[in-house]
Amino acid sequence: MATALPSDEVLIAGLRAGDEETFARLLDGWSSSMLRLARTFVSTAASAEEVVQDTWLAVFQSIGTFEGRSALQTWVYRILVNIARKRGAREQRTVPWTSLVPDGDPTVDPSRFRGPEDPDPDHWRAFPERWPTTESEVLAHEVRATVAAAIDGLPPRQRVVLTLRDIDGHSADDVCALLEITTANQRVLLHRARAAVRSHLERYFTTTGGDS
Amino acid sequence: MTCAELVELVTAFLEGALDNETERRFQDHLEICDGCETYVEQLRRTIEEVGKLPPESLSDEARDRLLDAFRSFRTD
Repeated sequence: MATALPSDEVLIAGLRAGDEETFARLLDGWSSSMLRLARTFVSTAASAEEVVQDTWLAVFQSIGTFEGRSALQTWVYRILVNIARKRGAREQRTVPWTSLVPDGDPTVDPSRFRGPEDPDPDHWRAFPERWPTTESEVLAHEVRATVAAAIDGLPPRQRVVLTLRDIDGHSADDVCALLEITTANQRVLLHRARAAVRSHLERYFTTTGGDS
Repeated sequence: MTCAELVELVTAFLEGALDNETERRFQDHLEICDGCETYVEQLRRTIEEVGKLPPESLSDEARDRLLDAFRSFRTD
């Protein structure tokens, strides 16, 4: 979350001094993205929570010797990734980040566009229909449920990039550093994820959403 | 630029990651194509809807356990 935390210097000094408020702020600020990151390596939410706990225990043990060569958050998240990766290997659920070759399939169904025989190929056959606004509570609730289900159904790498960027508010640079992926890969994963959620919303709005 | 090309570039466009020439072609196309205008609007709306979901959080038990563990490290 983009809550303003103090500088690394202040945070590190706070942790070393055993300042509980500093730790509580980190816990509340970082837990969401730590859980999401862990969840890409391990198979259950409970397991992800244990990874986050083990990470903090490891941080308490080594904060005294942390040299500050990287940002505190990067250091903590690296520890998390190591712990999660080991645990994921035990659970035989390892996401192959290194063999990350985004596939080139189109993100919009090609049948939505005119074919090569058409005088105007690759243009919309029919424009996407405009979506209603969601002023009613019921509709807003259904939209949230649709979005949540769409995110749950994403491949793990797309899911973690989308949630870190669009829910937790991390920057593109942050996400590349945390996941050790290139800017181009980050953008492809993010775009594929957003396009997939969009098409779920489209299906929802064109089948049921217009009624209320 | 065709519609099929444009829909693949929306995130790059929103991130300001297109080169000048491609960005100009993207914007030229948007001005004349209602379908793509709607598509871009829907992707923005999607981002907004995703952003309304709550962040994940640790269970209260896990949070308490960690605060306890932190306290005991301090007294070591």
